Amino acid sequence: MENQLAISVRGLRKAYGDNVAVGGLDLEVARGEVFALLGPNGAGKTTTVEILEGFRQRDAGEVSVLGVDPARPSQAWRNRVGIVLQGTGEFDDLTVAEVVHHFAGFYAAPEDPDKVIARVGLTEKARARTHSLSGGQKRRLDVALGIVGQPELLFLDEPTTGFDPEARREFWDLIRDLAAAGTTIVLTTHYLDEAEALADRVGVITGGRLVEVSTPDRLGDRHEALATVSWRTPEGAVERWESATPTALVAELAARYGGEVPGLTVTRPTLEDVYLRMIGQR
Amino acid sequence: MSATTTNVPVAAPAPARRVGPVALGLRQGRLEVTQFLRSRESVVFTMLFPVIMIFIFASIFNYDLDGGVKFTQYFVTGMIATGLMTVGFQSLAIQIPMERDRGVLKRLRGTPMPKWVYFAGKVIMVIVIGVAETVLLLAVAAIFFGLELPSTAGHWLTFGWVSALGITACTLCGIAFSSLARTARSGSALATPVALVLQFISGVFIAFTQLPTWMQQVAALFPLKWMCQGLRSVFLPASFGAQEPGGSFELGRVALVLAAWCVLGLLLCLGTFRWTTKRDG
Repeated sequence: MENQLAISVRGLRKAYGDNVAVGGLDLEVARGEVFALLGPNGAGKTTTVEILEGFRQRDAGEVSVLGVDPARPSQAWRNRVGIVLQGTGEFDDLTVAEVVHHFAGFYAAPEDPDKVIARVGLTEKARARTHSLSGGQKRRLDVALGIVGQPELLFLDEPTTGFDPEARREFWDLIRDLAAAGTTIVLTTHYLDEAEALADRVGVITGGRLVEVSTPDRLGDRHEALATVSWRTPEGAVERWESATPTALVAELAARYGGEVPGLTVTRPTLEDVYLRMIGQR
Repeated sequence: MSATTTNVPVAAPAPARRVGPVALGLRQGRLEVTQFLRSRESVVFTMLFPVIMIFIFASIFNYDLDGGVKFTQYFVTGMIATGLMTVGFQSLAIQIPMERDRGVLKRLRGTPMPKWVYFAGKVIMVIVIGVAETVLLLAVAAIFFGLELPSTAGHWLTFGWVSALGITACTLCGIAFSSLARTARSGSALATPVALVLQFISGVFIAFTQLPTWMQQVAALFPLKWMCQGLRSVFLPASFGAQEPGGSFELGRVALVLAAWCVLGLLLCLGTFRWTTKRDG
């Protein structure tokens, strides 16, 4: 069982002075899994991820990442872990190709840097200086640097910030490819559609604790939630009903209106609705 | 599995690093030099500044010192020392906080790159640019202002070790100093005044002997004064040694003080270097 876990965290604690950023967090991520961490700013997401990445020291708790304690990151361990940090890094006057080729040289078994540049969609910008890239393009460069070492485990901290919708879809395809090849992926994001599209499981952090872990479609018992049926009455008002049996309600409405029901919608709570309710509880 | 398959090599647990340690250091150095040369500010302020200064000073103070020695002979020593300090101390004290602020250092820490490679890259950059700048300075001074280059092997040797020790001390202090800056901007604000004050009190712009004694004593605590003094022994006649505060060029003391600054700088580097900004925790 232990070997099947890419990440195992028990009772993780971290405080900055009096401010407790992470207060007793437990987490398990299986190998090959795509795990999304959701949570409002200041909930402890980045602190948790940076402890797992070996950038910060924890105050208490047991942490194992690929079987190694990240508090003492070794070169061999770094070789197996890819990191895309929050925010973009700038490399002054170097070109995209130069930076990716350079970083590839740090790893034991890197992927062909030109292929990596193509995978993140920067081939046309390969010879451009990094400071001339747009925000989204810089972010793609960050992703390229995170995956060039062919990591077993990839951390992505808010990876698609600044992406346009098309670039986001392309990025999702890239993550799906990596996941299909067996890469374990830990992702933090503010975009719930992204978590829903990519993650096998999502965890919600709030107030420094993991309050729920579930598959995206079951989070907050979403799959059992009532459906909301709304329609327009002949007077023009919008009628809204919550129902466990929406089909029956729609059939009844269809009979009442003798066919089409004006303005009919049937919805279930989105991941966003569930998430906002969960973090609102705190 | 049959016995015939036992010769098939099992995948090595840790495949050989594609790039060896020496190559790793060299390619980091090449990257740093490329980056330096592409930055217009670096080239102008670090490489060309001493050359511009020698044009200005040698043109203004176009007179001879005692014994028909051209003022250029004196001034070039200060400019060489300043150049070495600029590339070693100032450029690193300014550049490293910028890289820290932009997350470059943190990104590097997240890779399997050994820590020393980053410093090796900086040192190679400093040496390459320091040598290029010094050669340029000597060429300009010799061609336009009649500088007489050292004539004996002993003088060249002194020139070599004083420059090497001096630039090493400056580089280590530059790396150590970079940890004082909290943001990208404050690196320049902190390092520039320090460098400027040292230049004025160490005999770069003004003949050291004309400075008040207390100022000379303050300057003697820092490496620049000793770099200038060591270089004066190379470019000025031996008789000028008598004018130094110590009555001679004191090469032994030059070596001692510069070596002490190398040790101090190294200890400060090892003790204070930060890969992340304060707000990163």
